[in-house]
Amino acid sequence: MTEVIDSTRSSESPNMTISTAPAISPGDGPLKMSTRNVNVFYGEKQAISDVSIDVTMDNVTAFIGPSGCGKSTFLRCLNRMNDTIPIARVTGDITLEGEDIYAPQMDVVQLRARVGMVFQKPNPFPKSIYDNIAYGPRIHGLATGKDELDNIVETSLQRAGLWGEVQDRLHDSGTALSGGQQQRLCIARAIAVDPEVILMDEPCSALDPIATAKIEELIHELRGKYAIVIVTHNMQQAARVSQRTAFFHLGTLVEYGVTSDIFTNPTQEKTRDYITGRYG
Amino acid sequence: MNSTTAIEKDRNPTDWQGDVMQKRIRRRYASERRFKYLGLGAIILSAGFLAFLLIVMVGNGFRGFTQTELPVDIDFPAMTGGASASQFEGVNGQANLRTLGVKDIVNTSVEIQYGEDGRELFSSGAWQGVSAAILANPKIVETKTIIYMPANSEIDVAYKGDGTAEAEKKVAELGDQLSTAFNWNFLYNSDATDPMQVGIWGALKGSLITMFITLIIAFPIGVLSALYLEEYAPTNRLTDLIEVSINNLAAVPSIIFGLLGLAVFLNLFGMPRSAALVGGLTLALMTMPVIVISGRNAVKAVPPSIREAALGIGASQMQVVFHHVLPLALPGILTGTIIGMARALGETAPLLMIGMRAFIATPPSGIAEPATVLPVQIFLWSDEVNRGFVEKTSAAIIVLLLFLLTMNALAIYLRNRFETRW
Repeated sequence: MTEVIDSTRSSESPNMTISTAPAISPGDGPLKMSTRNVNVFYGEKQAISDVSIDVTMDNVTAFIGPSGCGKSTFLRCLNRMNDTIPIARVTGDITLEGEDIYAPQMDVVQLRARVGMVFQKPNPFPKSIYDNIAYGPRIHGLATGKDELDNIVETSLQRAGLWGEVQDRLHDSGTALSGGQQQRLCIARAIAVDPEVILMDEPCSALDPIATAKIEELIHELRGKYAIVIVTHNMQQAARVSQRTAFFHLGTLVEYGVTSDIFTNPTQEKTRDYITGRYG
Repeated sequence: MNSTTAIEKDRNPTDWQGDVMQKRIRRRYASERRFKYLGLGAIILSAGFLAFLLIVMVGNGFRGFTQTELPVDIDFPAMTGGASASQFEGVNGQANLRTLGVKDIVNTSVEIQYGEDGRELFSSGAWQGVSAAILANPKIVETKTIIYMPANSEIDVAYKGDGTAEAEKKVAELGDQLSTAFNWNFLYNSDATDPMQVGIWGALKGSLITMFITLIIAFPIGVLSALYLEEYAPTNRLTDLIEVSINNLAAVPSIIFGLLGLAVFLNLFGMPRSAALVGGLTLALMTMPVIVISGRNAVKAVPPSIREAALGIGASQMQVVFHHVLPLALPGILTGTIIGMARALGETAPLLMIGMRAFIATPPSGIAEPATVLPVQIFLWSDEVNRGFVEKTSAAIIVLLLFLLTMNALAIYLRNRFETRW
C-alpha cells in the first residue's frame, strides 16, 4: 500500500509541504482500473506527478480539486485521450482489467470503446438522436441488423433516462434538445457501445440545477453496471454521487479515500482547507 | 482605503446634462450616422458600377444574339434539274448534298435577284445555312422557296444602327427587305473569320472540358491536402514551410502558372499544345492552393468537441475525419472550391502561354483536341478589326457571365443543402 511514498518524490514538487498520499484500493467490488506512479508532461511542464489510484466496479469515484490541479488531465489518461495532444507524454502504469493500456499492442480505438467518456460541454453530433446513439455500435459492428440496432438505441436511451422524452422524435436533431437532455444523450451514446468504465469530465458544469439533479440521479442508477469516474468542481456533487473521492492539488494526489471520510474527517490539512472553503 | 475615498471625494459628480457633455453626445451620434451613410454610399456606388456594367454588356451583347437577314428566292427544281427530297434523307444525305453544289445554286439565285454584286451583300458562309435547311427539311428542294440568309457583317452592323456611311446607304437601298432574326449560328458555331458566322459553342465546350479537368484534379488533391495538414500533420518546421508555400502559391500571378504549364506539361511531358487537358491541369495548379486554404479554414472551424466526442466512443482517426469533420466542413470547402473555379473560369493569361489562343474553328471533341475557352475567345474577338466582332464580344461576355452565375447558384444550392443547423 505504501510503496509509493518516497521522500525524494515529494521533494520534486516544492509546492507540496506534505508527503504524497498513498495509493489505496478502497475495496468494495472487483478492481477495474488501476494506476501506479502516473506522471504526465506537457512538453517540459509536469502536469501530474506520481498519481496512484484504483478504480473499482461498484463505486463511483470522484476527482475533486481546484482549477488547474490536473484532475481532468489525469482522467483523460484513463482512455488515452491525451494521445491527441502531440506534446503530452504519460509515464507510469495504467491498467484496465490487468492489461497495460499504454502497451504498444493495446488498440486505442478499442480501449476508448471499453472506457467511454462524457465531456464537460454536451457535444452531441449534429445528427438525429437515433444516429447519435447508433454511431458507436455501427462503427464497432455491435449490431447485426436494424432490429438489434433499434434495440441498442432504445435500451441506451432508457438507461440514460431519456427514452420517455425522445421516443417520439428519434429522428429529430440531437442538437435541438435542451442542455441537460443533450448531456444525457451523450451519456446514452457512451453507454451504447457497452463500455466497462465511463469517465465523466465535469458533466454538469454547463447545466442548470434541475438538469444536474437528473444527471446525478442517473449516475446513481448506472453505478454497479459500469465503473464510473467523475471529475467535478462541485464538492457537494462529489459528496452526493460518489463513494470514493480523490483530492488533487497542483498535479499531485493529496488524499484518496471513502467519500464520507474525506468530507468529514480528512487526514490531510490541504484537503480540510479545500473542503472547508479556505481556498480553491 | 482612506486614500481612495479621499480621491473619490475630490471628484466632481458627472454632469450628464451639461453643455460639454451634450455636445459630446451629439458629436458621437453624428459620427455614427456619418459612418452609416458612408457604408450606404459605398454600397450604392458598387451597385451602380455593377448595374452600369450589366446594362452596357446586355445592351451591346443582346444584338450579338441577332442577325440581319435578306430573303433569297431559290428555284430548286430549275437549278437542281429536279432533285427529289428522298436524296437528302438518311445517311447519304450529306454526300448527295455535296455533289448538288449548294454554293453555286445560292450564288446564282442571289445574282438573279440582287444583280452582279449581289453576293457581296451576304455573309460569305451564308450558303451553309441553305445546306443545313435542306438537311433539316429535304422537301424544299422540290419547290421554289424563299430562304432568309444572313447579310454581310457591315450591313448587319449598319442595320443595327452603328455602321459606316457606305453601309448605311446600302441599308437604305435594301429598305424593307432587311429583317432581324435570332442568330442560332452563334449558339452552335465556333470561331470564324466572318463575324456573321462565329459562334460561342466551341469556346463554351472548351471551357466546360477545361473546368471539368481542373475540378477532378484540384478538388481531391486540395481537399486531401487540407485534411492531412489539419488532421494528421504534426506541427513542425516542415509543415510551417508547406503552409507558407501554399499561401504564397495562392498569390502567385496567374501568368506564372502558364509558364509553369508550358515548361512542365508541354515541354517536359510532351502533352498536346492548345489542348483542354493542359489548360485544365494548369488551372488546377492555380486553383489548388485556394481550395487548400479554404478547406483548411473550413476544417479548422469544425468544433474540436465533435472530434473528441467521436474519438471518445472509439472512432478511428479516419472515421472521425470522414464521418464528422468532412461533412461539417464540406459547405466551406465547396464555397472555396467554387470561388477558385470561378477564378479559373475567367482566367486568360496562363492559357495564352500554353497555346489556347489559337484560332479553333471546330469545337473540341476530347481532352487532347485543340480547344479554346470563353475568356480567351473574348480576348481574341475584342482584338479583331472587323466591327461586327464588337457585339459578338459582348455576347460572349454575357455567355461567360451566365456560366459564372450558374456556377455560383450551384455553389449556394450545395452549401445550403449540406449546411448543418446547430
